[in-house]
Amino acid sequence: MVIFFFPFPPFRLFFSYFKDLVGREVTVELKNDLAIRGTLHSVDQYLNIKLENTRVVDQDKHPHMLSVRNCFIRGSVVRYVQLPPDGVDIELLHDATRREARGG
Amino acid sequence: MSWAGPDDIFLSTSLATYLDKKLLVLLRDGRKLLGLLRSFDQFANVVLEGACERVIVGELYCDIPLGLYVIRGENVVLIGELDLEKEELPSHMTHVSAAEIKRAQKAEREATDLKGSMRKRMEFLDFD
Repeated sequence: MVIFFFPFPPFRLFFSYFKDLVGREVTVELKNDLAIRGTLHSVDQYLNIKLENTRVVDQDKHPHMLSVRNCFIRGSVVRYVQLPPDGVDIELLHDATRREARGG
Repeated sequence: MSWAGPDDIFLSTSLATYLDKKLLVLLRDGRKLLGLLRSFDQFANVVLEGACERVIVGELYCDIPLGLYVIRGENVVLIGELDLEKEELPSHMTHVSAAEIKRAQKAEREATDLKGSMRKRMEFLDFD
């Protein structure tokens, strides 16, 4: 039995990058303006994100999120992923981007 | 969602860990649905059993029962696991009937429409 999927998205750069960030504290800002802080548990090829130990940034505006501690966020609704300043090795990312752009 | 093998279920973004749990699903149109996750797929299509919509207007809220729901993944914003030991809502919020929440929603909608139309009138005057 053969199962067909979407072809994996061609840009694996950010997927690899986020995989290295698993376990770090991040803040995910969604397109609906909801911002959630939590520990990055996992990420997949679509950049869907699973966060643990979540706290909503503006809790009063989102009372329904009070008891949510873990969540799955669909990649398509993410606006930003805010990282700790030391979470980025800019040179490494820069080199990887150049390599990827060259077709490597 | 990646098609995870049985070993990576705990490391991947698979929704399998949420099966049979009570979840909060946020939709793109702003609706909040609660229910038990019974099924999912790689597009984040989701089957919720015993679903209800939690409508919140200011300090008032109401749960409107919906039954068995199949949600198309493109509408899903977030799927949150509710911690059963924590309060789902702040204690200062009051539960009201469906009729009352609908009235509150209408009042809120009319207030925002009024604000919108007044702003349009002010913009026309073009103050610096």
